[in-house]
Amino acid sequence: MRDTPLRLVAALAAAALALTACADRDTGPGPAGPDAGGPAGELTVFAAASLTDVFESLAEEFEADNPGTEVVFNFAGSSELAAQIGSGAPADVFAAANTDTMAQVAEGEGLDREWADEHGDGAVFATNTLQIAVPADNPAGIEGLDDLARDGVSAAFCAPEVPCGAATATALDAAGLDVTPVTYEEDVRAVLTKVELGEVDAGLVYRTDVIAAGEAVTGIAFPEADAAVNDYPIALLADAPAPDLAAAWIDLVLSETGAAALADAGFGTP
Amino acid sequence: MTRGSARTGPALRARSGRPPWPLVLPALAGVAFLVLPLLGLVVRAPWHDMGRRVTEPEVLAALWLSLSTATVATALCLVLGVPLAWLLARTDFPGRRIVRALVTVPLVIPPVVGGVALLLVLGRNGLLGRYLDAWFGITVPFTSAAVVLAQVFVAMPFLVISVEGALRGADRRYEEAAATLGAGRVTVFTRVTLPMVLPGIGAGAILCWARALGEFGATITFAGNFPGTTQTMPLAVYMAMQRDPEAAIVLSLVLLLVSLAVLATLREKWVNAA
Repeated sequence: MRDTPLRLVAALAAAALALTACADRDTGPGPAGPDAGGPAGELTVFAAASLTDVFESLAEEFEADNPGTEVVFNFAGSSELAAQIGSGAPADVFAAANTDTMAQVAEGEGLDREWADEHGDGAVFATNTLQIAVPADNPAGIEGLDDLARDGVSAAFCAPEVPCGAATATALDAAGLDVTPVTYEEDVRAVLTKVELGEVDAGLVYRTDVIAAGEAVTGIAFPEADAAVNDYPIALLADAPAPDLAAAWIDLVLSETGAAALADAGFGTP
Repeated sequence: MTRGSARTGPALRARSGRPPWPLVLPALAGVAFLVLPLLGLVVRAPWHDMGRRVTEPEVLAALWLSLSTATVATALCLVLGVPLAWLLARTDFPGRRIVRALVTVPLVIPPVVGGVALLLVLGRNGLLGRYLDAWFGITVPFTSAAVVLAQVFVAMPFLVISVEGALRGADRRYEEAAATLGAGRVTVFTRVTLPMVLPGIGAGAILCWARALGEFGATITFAGNFPGTTQTMPLAVYMAMQRDPEAAIVLSLVLLLVSLAVLATLREKWVNAA
C-alpha cells in the first residue's frame, strides 16, 4: 500500500496534464500552414495584446476586401511574441507595442530584408500614452500622479521587465516621484484587472486600456505621460508564408481607415 | 501493505526475469522526455557568473519567500487536510462523494482560475474580503499571507488524496482492538490510526510542499508580484524570462536543485520508512 497514494496522485496529475494539453491546443494560435485550398490564403499576424480590438475590427474589413482570405492573430505581450518569432514561429506580420522589441526582432534577422530596406525596422503606425486608471468610484480620490505617492494609497504597476513598466518608470522619473506599488503585474491587462476589481486604488495603464475597460474604470490623464509615449511599429517578417497579403495588411493599418480605427480605440498618431 | 508485499514477493520476482522491451523502450523515452528539458537548463546555464547571480539579494529573497511560504502552506494543509481525509475515508455522511470530488477540483482547474476565485472571495471587494477590510482593516491580496493561501488552495488536494488512500489501506482491526480495550475515539485516532498512516501523511506532505513551491498561476493572480513580499521563485523566473533569459535559467536551476535536495532527503525519511 506504500505507494498507493503516490500512484493515485500521479494518475490524477497525468489526467490533469492531458486535459490542459488539449485546452492549450484548442486555444493556441494554430500553425499557419500554407494555403490549404481556396483561392487566397491565410495571413498570420502577431500583434501586441493592446491591439486586439482594433486589429480584429480591421480584419473584418480586410477579409471583406480580399475574398477568400483569413486573418489569423496571435495576440500576446510584445516581448513574448518577439521570442516566438525568434524561435521560428511561422508568421507574416509583427506589430509590437514598442520599438525596442521590434529592434530585437530586426537584430535577429527576423524582418524581411527587402521590406526593411525600404521601410526601416518597422513602420510606426500608432502611439499610446499612460493614464492613471482608478475604480469607477475612485475610493482614494486620486486626481494626479502625486496622489499615488500618498500614504495609504495602493497602486499596481507593470513590472519593469515589460514595456508598460518601462514607460511607468520613465513617467515617474519625469515627475520626480518615488512610488512603491503593492504589486508589479506581469502585463498591462493584469494591472487593469486589479483596478477593475477594486483591489488597488489606482494603476498605471495605457489610455487605450482605459477606453477598452468601459465604465468599470476611470482614466486620469497626467502631464508627465508625455515623457513616456510608446511607438507601435509594424513590419513584414522574414520567410513570411504570405508576403503579398502581409504587405496589403500593413498598407491597411497605415491607411486612413486604419488610422481612424486606431484613433477610435484611443491610440495617438505618430 | 499486504498488497504491496505480495506484488514484490520473492516468488513473483523470480518469475519476472528480464523486463520485456515493449515496456522498457517507452519507459526510457518517458524518462528522457522528463529529464532532457532539465538537462537543457544545465547546459544553457551561464556557469561563469553563477556564483554572483545566485547570491544577489533579490534571488535570495525570492528563494527564502518560496521556502518559507511553502512550508507554512504545508503545515496548514496538514492541520486542515488530515482531518478532512479522515472524514472522507472513515465516515459516511450525505454528499461525501460530492465533497471528495470538490476537494480534488484544484488539481484539474488551471491555477490562475483558483487565483481569480480567491480574489473574488478574499479580495478587498470580495465576498468575505470586504468584511475583513471593513471590520478588521485586513486586506489579504498583495501580502505573503495571500501567497500561502494560494499555495494551500492548489496543494491541499495532494495531501488529502494521499492521506485518504493511506487510511483506506490501513488495517482497521488495530483500531477496533484499541476501541474494545477501552480507548476513546480521539485516543484511537492519535495513538493507533495516526502512527499507522504516518508514512502516507509524510508522502502527502512532501507532494504538497513540492506543489506549493512550484505554485505560479494562483499566486500571481491573487497575491500579486512584489519582491520580498509576494514574489516567489516561480514568479521571479517568469519576470526574468521577459528581459534576461539567462537570469531566468539561473533562478530555475536554483529552484530545481533546492527542491530536488529537499525532496530526496524527505522522501528517504518518509517514504522508505514504511
